[in-house]
Formats: sequence, C-alpha cells, structure tokens
Amino acid sequence: MSKIGDIHVNVDELLAMNKYEVDEGHAHIELTDDPDTEEFMKLVRVCPAGLYRIDEAGEKSFDYAGCLECGTCRIACGDTIVKKWENPRSSMGVEYRFG
Amino acid sequence: MAETDFDIIVVGAGCAGSVAAYTAASAGKSVLLVERGVNAGAKNMSGGRIYSHALAKVFPDFAHDAPLERKITHERLAFMDSSRNLTVDFTSPELAQAGADSYSVLRGPFDAWLSGKAEDAGAECVFGISVDSLLKGADGRVIGIRAGEDEISAQVVILAEGCNTLLGERCLGNARPASSQMAVGVKEVFELNGGSIEDRFLLPKGEGAAMLFVGDCTHGKVGGGFLYTNKDSISLGLVATISSAADASNPTPVYQMFDDFERHPAVVPILRDAKMVEHSGHMVPEGGYDMVPTYIFDGALVAGEAAGLCMNMGYQVRGMDFAVASGQMAALSAVDAISADDTSANGLASYRSRMEESFVMRDLATFRRWPSTMEHWDSLFTDYPTCAAEAMNAMFCVDGTPQKPLKQRMMPILKQRGLWKLAQEMRKGVKAL
Repeated sequence: MSKIGDIHVNVDELLAMNKYEVDEGHAHIELTDDPDTEEFMKLVRVCPAGLYRIDEAGEKSFDYAGCLECGTCRIACGDTIVKKWENPRSSMGVEYRFG
Repeated sequence: MAETDFDIIVVGAGCAGSVAAYTAASAGKSVLLVERGVNAGAKNMSGGRIYSHALAKVFPDFAHDAPLERKITHERLAFMDSSRNLTVDFTSPELAQAGADSYSVLRGPFDAWLSGKAEDAGAECVFGISVDSLLKGADGRVIGIRAGEDEISAQVVILAEGCNTLLGERCLGNARPASSQMAVGVKEVFELNGGSIEDRFLLPKGEGAAMLFVGDCTHGKVGGGFLYTNKDSISLGLVATISSAADASNPTPVYQMFDDFERHPAVVPILRDAKMVEHSGHMVPEGGYDMVPTYIFDGALVAGEAAGLCMNMGYQVRGMDFAVASGQMAALSAVDAISADDTSANGLASYRSRMEESFVMRDLATFRRWPSTMEHWDSLFTDYPTCAAEAMNAMFCVDGTPQKPLKQRMMPILKQRGLWKLAQEMRKGVKAL
C-alpha cells in the first residue's frame, strides 16, 4: 500500500466555517462496494475537503456531507471507484459566501 | 421554427453564463438563466483576479459599478522551498492602465452583481435549480433542459456549467477531461482589515497585490500557490494537478499541503491575526488549447470553463476574461442564428470564427505547448526554488569567514544541477512561452 504521511490539520474544523444545506439521506456521490485501496488512496490525496479517509486499521470511510462539489474525485477515479457523481439536488449542498 | 418557451436558455450563472444571458437579453431575445446555487456565486470559487479588458467591452462602466475588491498594482512571484523564500515584487503604472487593469474579486458578490445585470436586461433568472439533462429532439438536436419534473424548451441552450462538465459529457458526448488536464484548487478566505493588508503588501490605499508561489507549497508536485488581496480579506490557495497529487509518490493530501503552505515562514506573517472564514475547493482546467472540447452543437453552445477555457502560465492565471468573452460571443452567435432561423451547428458556426479571431483561442493556441512542458518539468517545483535560495544565501550570508569571490560561491550551486541540464530546461520552457 502506498503511503499517506501524518495529517496535522483538523479538516473538520475548516469545513465548520462553511455554510451547508446537507441533503440528509441522499448521497450525491457513491463509491463502488469494497473499493480498491490504491484508488481510494488517490481520493484521500486529492479531495480538498478531506472526505475520504483511511484510519490506522486500514478502514475506509467517506462522508459526502462536507463536499465542496469540485468534482476532483470524479476526475481522479470516475472510471474506477466513483460509481455515481451528481450535483446535489436543487438548492442543497455547499453555499459559498465569499467564493 | 417551432414555438419554444424561451429563445435562449443559459445554464450556469458564472462569468460566461451571466454575460451570455445579459448579451442575449439586451438584443431583445427571451432568456432564461438557470443556476443551481441558491444565488449566483453560491457554488462558485476562483482565485480570483479578473483581467478587465473583456468585461469592459460588455460593461464599459464596470469600474464604478461592479463589486471589485482591489485594483491589482503589485505583481509578486515567490519561489519557496521548505524553509526559504525568494519574492520578486513588481509595480508599475502600466499595470493599472485602463484596458490592462485587473482586479481581485470574490465570486459571491461579483457573480450576484453579474447575474443582476442579466436580470436588469430582461433575462429571467432562476436560482437553486439544478439542470439534470439537456432535452434532445428525435434528430439529436438540443431543444431545451430538464430540471426535476420540468422540461423547458429553447431554440438555443448555452451551456456554462463550469469545469465539472457533467452535462457536456453526459448530454453532448464530450470527453471527460483527463486527470493530467485538471487541477484541484483549495482556497481559504482570511478576514483582515484593509489597513493591515496595505501595510503588509506595501500598497497605496485601495490598491491590491497578486502573488503566485512556486515550489514547496505543493511539496514538489506540479502546481503552485496563489494569494490575492481583497478589500478586507486575503484569498490564499493552492492548485495541484490532479494526476500529480493523486500519484502514489505523494504522501500529502492537498488539504494538508495547504495547511503546510499556510505555516510556511514566508506566509505566516501575512496571515497574522487574520481570521479564516471560508474553506473552498474548485477544479481548474489546465490542459489549455488541447483540452478544448467541441463547443458548437445543433441547438447548443458551450462557453467558459465548461469549454476548458482557462490558462495557467505559472506566472499568470487567466479564466474569467476568457469566460466573459466566450459568453458574449456565444450569445451574439445564438442571437444571429435565431434571427436567421437556423440554430443548427451550421447556423451557430459564427461562434467558432468569433472565438478563433479573438484573444481566447489565439492565446490558448500560442501557449499550446506550455501545459505539457510544465507537467514534465519537475525541477521547476523542487530544485529551482532551492537553487535560488542557495544562491541568495551565498550572496547575503556573512559570518566572518573570509569570503570567496561571488562567482566561486555561485558556480558550485549551479554546477551541482548540471549547467547543460539547466540550459536545456530553460530553453524548452522559454520556447513554450
């Protein structure tokens, strides 16, 4: 498995500064079941919101709630483990105030 | 021609979309502007600086009217390794001259103003509605949009959905951009009073600085950092090519890269006492001319970043002026085609000639080779900043040891990299620029 270095920043605190209208129970991004680890690691590296995580036990997690809707994961892994990528439903998702 | 709900539907209220809607509505066409954000700008982020020449052609009075942050009169280029930084700071009256003037903007207020212009011109603006697909007739031509249960028809659809081109790929058959052609941008806005900003960047009152960073901000991966001074805030961000950042050789996720960048000794004093108020992400098309997709279809045109119109030169980043100009040209061609009663790709073909005769396609063509040159020029992001820092140290450090002549101090620093290799790389770079 390729390496991810130590993470010092608490990305959740950064995302807490943003305004969201979370579409509970309706994920606009879905991954394949049991995604390939190296592909998943790509998403850990490129997601600017740090939504793709692997813990010390190697357990993968992904939460669409803090999504910045940039589409980077779709470009990185749209042919592999990102099974679905839609814009959030009307008026849902992130709401930039500065931009 | 069959009756339609609108003459023109524009998808996306960014620079390209709102200018297209304004231009078409001003020409007397019925226009619907649909935006998925609850207001224009709510889903948008850019660095952001706009070179105003294209905007001035649409709104000659923009300088008094638009919510601009600061006129950029200082250009800074910074070369950083992990602990050292060399900054070049340039200022000139020419940077501020009408026509060549550029401004920092925040897309929230800026996009709201721009869509307001479209609305004032008579366009119907609908916010908070996500377009799910483009409607097509039996012959395959685009005849409108579908949003949820609603189907709305038009003679021409102008697609300005931005660089995450879902509709362009799914409904028009354009290719998904490759991960080597797209960069991920991460940015934070820091509130800081205007006086402190002017002091920290040596700015005359009300004027602004733009700063690009090369080197350790992306930990040696292809990309760079940027900083724009706003009225009462600073936009700080970095951009990394997706294929390069995703690679197994990169141990640092981009949000951690950004945090490291923020903590660089050259950046910390800039942000002292500033309060972070927003963390945003957005992609940037970086493939240049060779990634521009088909942008004319039967019944549809593509404008702005949705057409890959963006240019990252390393020392200069442009996108909004391309968006404004392409939005205007798309609308003019759509209006002409409707008047001539032929909105097929053939009838809309004047969009191509307008684009090709304008700075948009000409600038992209001129610098066509730059994206791949930069992508394969690793030392630009690793060794060059360190080399520059070593040369500066050799020049400025005085510790009482009897000094060797400057040339003897400098040559080992260059020789270590291989003079021939450096010369070759430089030649290649200069050729692509």
